[in-house]
Amino acid sequence: MASLNVLVAVSLAYVFLLFCVAFAAERAGVQGRAGWLLRSPLVYTLSLSIYCTAWTFYGAVGYAARSGLEYVTIYLGPSLVIVGWWWILRRLVRIGRSYKVTSIADLISSRYGKSNGLAIVVTVMAVIGVTPYIALQLQSVTASLSIFIAAQHGSLAESGDAHAAGLWISVGLALFTVLFGTRNLNVNERQHGVVIAVAVEAVVKLIALLAVGVFVVWGIAGGVSETLARIDASSLGTWQMNGSRWAALTFVSAAAFLCLPRMFQVMIVENDDERYLQIASWAFPLYLMLMSLFVVPIAVIGLDLLPAGSNPDFFVLSLPLSQGQEGLAMLSFLGGFSSATSMVIVATLALSTMVSNHVVMPIFLYLRQGGATQSGDVRNVVILSRRLSVLAIIGFGYIYYRASGGSGALAAIGLISFAGVAQFLPAMLGGIFWRGATRAGAFVGLGVGFSVWVFTMLLPSFGPGAALSVDTFANGLFGLGWLRPQALFGIPGLDPTVHAIFWSLLLNGVSFVLVSLMTFPQPLERLQGAQFVNVFDHSGQTRGWQASVAESEDLMIMAQRILGAREAQRLFQAEAQRQGRGDYLPEPTADFLQRLERELASSVGGATAHAMISQIVGGSAVSVQDLLAVADESAQMLEYSSQLEAKSRELSQTAAKLRHANAKLMQLSDQKDAFLSQISHELRTPMTSIRAFSEILRDTDGLGPLEKTKYANIIHVEAIRLTRLLDDLLDLSVLENGQVTLNQQSGSLVDVLDQAVATAEASEARSIAIKRRRLEETVTLHTDLDRLSQVFINLITNAQKYCGSDTPELQIVVQRAGDSILVDFIDNGSGIPVASREVMFEKFSRIGAEDAAGAGLGLAICREIMTRLGGNVNYLDGTGGTAFRVTVPGRQALAAQ
Amino acid sequence: MGKHVLLVEDELNIIEAIRFLLSREGWDVDTHSNGTDAAEVIRDRKPDLVVLDVMLPGKSGFDILEELRGDAQTADLPVLMLTARGQSRDREMAEKAGVSRFMTKPFSNTEVLTAVRDLLYVHGQRT
Amino acid sequence: MAKPGTPLFLERGSYRQRRMMDAVKLIAILGAGLWMIPLLWPTAEPGTAQAVSLSQALLYVFGVWWFLIAIAYVLARNIRDMPEQSDETEAM
Repeated sequence: MASLNVLVAVSLAYVFLLFCVAFAAERAGVQGRAGWLLRSPLVYTLSLSIYCTAWTFYGAVGYAARSGLEYVTIYLGPSLVIVGWWWILRRLVRIGRSYKVTSIADLISSRYGKSNGLAIVVTVMAVIGVTPYIALQLQSVTASLSIFIAAQHGSLAESGDAHAAGLWISVGLALFTVLFGTRNLNVNERQHGVVIAVAVEAVVKLIALLAVGVFVVWGIAGGVSETLARIDASSLGTWQMNGSRWAALTFVSAAAFLCLPRMFQVMIVENDDERYLQIASWAFPLYLMLMSLFVVPIAVIGLDLLPAGSNPDFFVLSLPLSQGQEGLAMLSFLGGFSSATSMVIVATLALSTMVSNHVVMPIFLYLRQGGATQSGDVRNVVILSRRLSVLAIIGFGYIYYRASGGSGALAAIGLISFAGVAQFLPAMLGGIFWRGATRAGAFVGLGVGFSVWVFTMLLPSFGPGAALSVDTFANGLFGLGWLRPQALFGIPGLDPTVHAIFWSLLLNGVSFVLVSLMTFPQPLERLQGAQFVNVFDHSGQTRGWQASVAESEDLMIMAQRILGAREAQRLFQAEAQRQGRGDYLPEPTADFLQRLERELASSVGGATAHAMISQIVGGSAVSVQDLLAVADESAQMLEYSSQLEAKSRELSQTAAKLRHANAKLMQLSDQKDAFLSQISHELRTPMTSIRAFSEILRDTDGLGPLEKTKYANIIHVEAIRLTRLLDDLLDLSVLENGQVTLNQQSGSLVDVLDQAVATAEASEARSIAIKRRRLEETVTLHTDLDRLSQVFINLITNAQKYCGSDTPELQIVVQRAGDSILVDFIDNGSGIPVASREVMFEKFSRIGAEDAAGAGLGLAICREIMTRLGGNVNYLDGTGGTAFRVTVPGRQALAAQ
Repeated sequence: MGKHVLLVEDELNIIEAIRFLLSREGWDVDTHSNGTDAAEVIRDRKPDLVVLDVMLPGKSGFDILEELRGDAQTADLPVLMLTARGQSRDREMAEKAGVSRFMTKPFSNTEVLTAVRDLLYVHGQRT
Repeated sequence: MAKPGTPLFLERGSYRQRRMMDAVKLIAILGAGLWMIPLLWPTAEPGTAQAVSLSQALLYVFGVWWFLIAIAYVLARNIRDMPEQSDETEAM
């Protein structure tokens, strides 16, 4: 006869064993030993079994005793989900691993642009949805204890004892969770101790349930066929199924399997290898199947054998006890205990991560702005906040358990919780399959679904008159008939559970989709959406944090989209040069990335720029295409401004042209003023001499004949100088007005040059050595030879006047170019400054103010003449001295004229 | 009297004419035909009067005049300026630079002689 | 949507892999379909003789379960050594 003390001792020993196992696993994990066990698909599959809580361990039998086969839907949903792992789980696991997702709240908030508001909403919903579930576990353990006590003492134990037991169990669970669940800050560092303990408990509860089942089928009923016969003979004997419940419960259990924070923790966060899913795809359904295999037999036999009024929820315990199988009952108790504790530990762990990451830490960081720069400091705060969260959540569970006082069937509470967390489903699936899902959609969908769930399922569960008034049940909220909690929109007749599941998820999904369609996501949301939805396109190869040159190319492409090709190339080239890499792409050093980010930030804003760079360089798996999509959008925004820029550029170009023209006009105007001064000077200077000497001749008595002759001669020379000046002016004027008549003759270039050289030498005092190659000059010309000679004379005298060399020398080079003849006059002077070349052929133009000798008409005349002759005269660059090229057209050119 | 006149001018024929005119009046005429070192030459030779052309090779008459006026030794030296560029702007520039008398070419011989005489007289009175 | 660079036709081994993937994807749908068949069963109204007995229902539901587990096991065995390849978009 096992006493209660023995039971307590065995329980404590079992707990101690769990602590040891967890501790050993933690040690082994830290030392890197036993990886084959810690990271094995077996442990992974077993850890999934926290799906089977005390509710399923005890409650399933009760459920079956009340509703026949309906209990099995709770297992069918998860079986389908994991058998169809390819569809959803594989994607979730990949996303979870690629983006270091820490919880379902983190997943949803990351997907929708790292919105912490969304994370808080999900966290709060999860806490509200799961806390009753934790209370349920505490209740089931204390209740199972009281079954033992009742069996021993023949009466139910004092409720005070049960509450004390509940408290001690809570404390123990909190201790365990704090010890093994919050050791590591990084959620991606696996909580080996917890996982192994959970796996051990999974084995214990399976063995316990199987043992009871085997005992019932073979020990009591006497075999399989007898059992089946007894089943058919029982009150549950025929198929009595509400079809809508069958489908709805299968669906909601599948949804909960995905959305329950604890399931997300073990399935996604603690997953080491995607391939474990393949093993789990058959192993976990097998586990579930075995867990549910003996439920109906136990229920039927229990209904048969146990006295009426026994709580069917605890047939698993009371049946062996009634048959005197104390040991089996003990094992069964440990199974239930395992189910409850493993669920509480993992659920608390998952919730505490969410609460601490999304509620406590943001508040902490907000309160200590800027003070959070010391990293060690913050790490401690995170761990502390996680531990406090654990205590708070288990505390909530205990308070709820005390407050609810163990009311209601276990299954009811479980289903309410399932339906509550299932509200995450639209936002989660929409987030990972549909790029169009937006944050606003997720907010509204979650809000609507949660509100409907609270109104139609949670509040009514307390019974009419408790949370909702009887009047509300009968006539709807605010007396509105269509707001009856169990007949929304005036559609009665649905099963309340189906009604709540159907309406909450339908309205949730519809509002999520509608709002998503109507709103526009922010860039970060779009980026995250693209990554999550297309997670398989990119995460095939793992990229390190060290960026490679290949990524430089990606960066370059992206930068080009945002900065424009030229600017981006300039930036990259400058960097490559700075790194001494020549024409290759630069290494994406931290320095360069920072600079690039700043550049990008100026175009698309800091946050986006940061995200873009870190996505490319950080090894996270967004494709360049995705970034470009966002970049294109930015480009569209930038297009308008770039159009404006182009216009202003055009304007400034026009302005520059105008300025240029104006400068030229000013220059010409200045030259005109200078020319007028010059003309005045040129005219007045000879006149001064003429006047002065004529007055001397007139007024001075006693001049000798020699002096008279001398002064008369001066007057004569100056008069000739005046005449020549006037001739030049007239000549230019005639040429410009096109009134000149050309006197076409044929002649040899040699003769023309001979004549020109002779004339120039005669007229100019300063001499210059002239080098010619007469052989090349034997070319027959047909043109106005006199005018051509005038041009030559002008060029030669210019060289004589302005050469400036100590040993002045002029080379005359003749060559043919097609039909034309080129005559170059090259001296060894200092050349013409570039600025002057443009204007020196203009009339009135003089090079240098100090050249007093010329009126600046010579070159203007030359150009006019050559234009008339169908040729040209140009400054010849690159000879070292001052050089002019006269282009004389050949016969054809002339004939064609 | 033997007053010393320095003629700064680059046109040979004009030098010839002015030298003839002034020498006949009994003044001692000295000439210089480069603008670059004209101010130095003036300081060296210490003439009683300078006849200065505006367009000189190397340096304009205005610059030379400003230089002379900036130097205490030559600040009061009478300067007769001659220009062949008849614009009124030149006259303004010359007066701003502190010219004693300004004449436009071609001049009448008597005008030049009168001007030189006046300048030398005024200068003689002052000193 | 074939990515550039992926062959149009696969060699026999890869082909089999692809079909295994297809089977994995279909098995959940098949399971859901089979498990929803009880919705078609006549419910136990008083006087209806054909009502399915609970033992039959039990055998059916668990039979489907065993069937799914077996298929999942066979498929998992077959694709266990599948190399990590980015064939998902092509296969989806």
